[in-house]
Amino acid sequence: MSRHQPSTISNLKSLPGSDDITRFPLANGIVFLSRTNFNSPSVVISGYLQAGSLFDTDEKLGLADFTASALMRGSSQRDFQQIYDALESCGASLSFSAGSHTIGFSGRCLAEDLPLLLNTLAEVIRQPTFPGEQVEKLRAQLLTGLAIRAQDTADMAALTFDQIVFANHPYSRPEDGFPETIQAICRDDLAEFHRRNYGPRGMVIAVVGAVEPQEAMQQVARVLGDWENPQQPEPPALPLLTPLNETLTRRVTIVGKSQSDIVLGGYGPARRDPEYLPASLGNSVLGQFGMMGRIGDAVREKSGLAYYAYSSLSAGIGPGSWEVSAGVNPGNVTKAADLIRAEITRFIENGVSADELADSQANFIGRLPLSLESNAGVANALLNIERFDLGLDYYRRFPDMVRAVSLEDVLQTARKFFHPDQLAIAIAGP
Amino acid sequence: MSDSITHTTLANGLQVLLKEIHTAPIISSWVWYRVGSRDEPSGRTGISHWVEHMQFKGTPKFPASILDKAISREGGMWNAFTYMDWTTYFETMPGDKIDLALRLEADRMVNSTFDPEEVASERTVIISEREGSENEPLFLLGEAVQAAAFRVHPYHHEIIGDLADLKTMSRDDLYQHYRSYYLPNNAVMSLAGDFDTGTMLKRICQLFEPILAGATPPRLARPEPPQSGEHRLSVEGPGDTTYLQLCYHTPSGCDPDFFPLTVLDSLLAGPSSLNMFGGGGISNKTSRLYRALVEKELAVGFGGSAATTIDPFLYTLTITVHPQRQPEAVLSAFEDEIKRIQDEIVSADEVARAIKQARAMFAYGSENITNQAFWLGHAEMFATYDWFLDYLEKLAAITPADVQRVAQQILQPQNRIIGTYIPTGNGEAQ
Repeated sequence: MSRHQPSTISNLKSLPGSDDITRFPLANGIVFLSRTNFNSPSVVISGYLQAGSLFDTDEKLGLADFTASALMRGSSQRDFQQIYDALESCGASLSFSAGSHTIGFSGRCLAEDLPLLLNTLAEVIRQPTFPGEQVEKLRAQLLTGLAIRAQDTADMAALTFDQIVFANHPYSRPEDGFPETIQAICRDDLAEFHRRNYGPRGMVIAVVGAVEPQEAMQQVARVLGDWENPQQPEPPALPLLTPLNETLTRRVTIVGKSQSDIVLGGYGPARRDPEYLPASLGNSVLGQFGMMGRIGDAVREKSGLAYYAYSSLSAGIGPGSWEVSAGVNPGNVTKAADLIRAEITRFIENGVSADELADSQANFIGRLPLSLESNAGVANALLNIERFDLGLDYYRRFPDMVRAVSLEDVLQTARKFFHPDQLAIAIAGP
Repeated sequence: MSDSITHTTLANGLQVLLKEIHTAPIISSWVWYRVGSRDEPSGRTGISHWVEHMQFKGTPKFPASILDKAISREGGMWNAFTYMDWTTYFETMPGDKIDLALRLEADRMVNSTFDPEEVASERTVIISEREGSENEPLFLLGEAVQAAAFRVHPYHHEIIGDLADLKTMSRDDLYQHYRSYYLPNNAVMSLAGDFDTGTMLKRICQLFEPILAGATPPRLARPEPPQSGEHRLSVEGPGDTTYLQLCYHTPSGCDPDFFPLTVLDSLLAGPSSLNMFGGGGISNKTSRLYRALVEKELAVGFGGSAATTIDPFLYTLTITVHPQRQPEAVLSAFEDEIKRIQDEIVSADEVARAIKQARAMFAYGSENITNQAFWLGHAEMFATYDWFLDYLEKLAAITPADVQRVAQQILQPQNRIIGTYIPTGNGEAQ
């Protein structure tokens, strides 16, 4: 193939930018973001609060997640069935999930029901009551989820991989905890976690869809503008990560399974690191582009060893991870791991070719309109802009930033993060 | 959604449906073939899905090494799905790049190579895909239940096929299947997005009309005789979690009773989303079964689904049993709820609520061009596009008496299969 010119986006203005994103900080610290889309009569809300699992102790790991999951189980105004009845009756949805730094929320509704959705959001984050009976029901559901996780080869390999890469770092801990830590949490722990850690400071909410930003902002201000929590703590500081100094392999046995999962890799850049974009493009060549990049070609297409084999980069506030994942027959684990290691070695020795880089650059630029098509896609983009301080014109600058990444940038980034003798290898299977 | 659809048939029998949507610079193009796992006799199970995989292995004009990069380079998303009744291929691309997708689909309608070495390597990939599915208790249970529900009809087997056949089918079997079913007169194209209908239709004619029609292949039709008594079965496997699956034989997707069944499902198990892309579902926490099973701590979760199939298929309820309960207790409470919806006429309000939920989910789906092109073609696979256009209107016409009648007809013990996944415990996780 000849060289390819990276694609251009015929209509850059279709991407969100400073002229069509509304960003407004409320006096209590909540940041409001909005962009209209009147193509469909629906609205998405999405956002986060600074109340993630970094606040959890080891003994009660999963408390942030348990608390977030219990918010909608009852408020000072309504019980569980009343809260859900109002939402479900109009086809609206609202849900919460916990990450390390933040708990996230997302909801959607017809535009006519936005006041109801925002009222519900405000009610459950400000005045949840954590009824004891509901907490016990939820506990059984969480424990069942953990029992299912313990049987899932992909989940267990990923969890074990994090434990190796992030040893002695809070990122080593699964946000949903372990059965014994969920059992150790009592109803009052939830109420106390909420009282201490939930507050407007650091909260972000994006409203995207068939509503004017001014109108949406007034609605948000009306239900959340007077919220205060003077005790709300600063986000916990992250310790430094100690990179591996040797390859560590850990196996989890799950009897009776037909397939094993492998996760292999190491730590990666944070989202704001200058290496993030070169790493993303390198990762695309390594295990994403086309049918899962070079890894997919070696493990799936040429060897027929796996239905899925790909690499991924997880980058957030703190150090990220960069790993290859594959699901293979238990008899092929060593063979697949060897092929993956060979590809990683090739990647850090020679980097990527000019054609490969151009292909991935074109893909990153060309796919932007598609990823930003739906309200949920735009809301996610607005939250990324805010969380990582990327600037309101980030998505319009993005094509130039992608084109500016050089072969040398990719090579140096690969060498910084991947070391063939310092890999974390997690295997879960029979 | 707009109703301005162009529907035409080319000289070679290829049906084309076009819908202009100018909300984003994106076009989604789908090619549907009237072939799926229900067209597979014993010995060839899984062949439609395997042929779908081979369609990514290249033609003389688009060899695999080019094929898998071409779409990605342009920022497109592409994939394919094999279902019981159909097989489909789609590309969603920046609007100015869609010509590549059209050329590729026209080419692989007739020119795929089915290289013997690629067939051999894909055999192990597909076996690996099946092994990955076998890791999931619900796959094992679903496969057993479906086989028990269909003794005669080819809905009997899973789409992925049986291992015995995956090991023995030959390259020639696959190629013959491909050439028999991949014909313009056995296909439907559906496109939605940012194009001019006249220009697009002209281009489609240029590319597809030269492809010769063939003898339209008959569908494999072996009607399932009525079930005359309840079937019960169990599947044992690793884990700690018990699952129940209850399946009732139902009318086909194009039967008028499918609409009251949709409302019945919504009342019992919460509304199911029609959207394959974007716009997910909503929670089901105020549905009748949630109140009876989860609120009463007999189950920790459940879902219902009715499939839009050509021939009568199944209404399926999948229940995750509470860790402290036995499946018999769940079944008993379930029976009480079924009896209630059969004996007591539901309120008009409850039906109106289901309609509003459907309207909301319909709006969420219309945010997404890929989803709209999907429906344009999918409806043609089991009914006609009018099915989709009239969907909300048909639902709005459903009365409480319709719901009761369908509940009385379908939800009968002698019309159902009950499958239980019995967990045999846990390999100790290390």
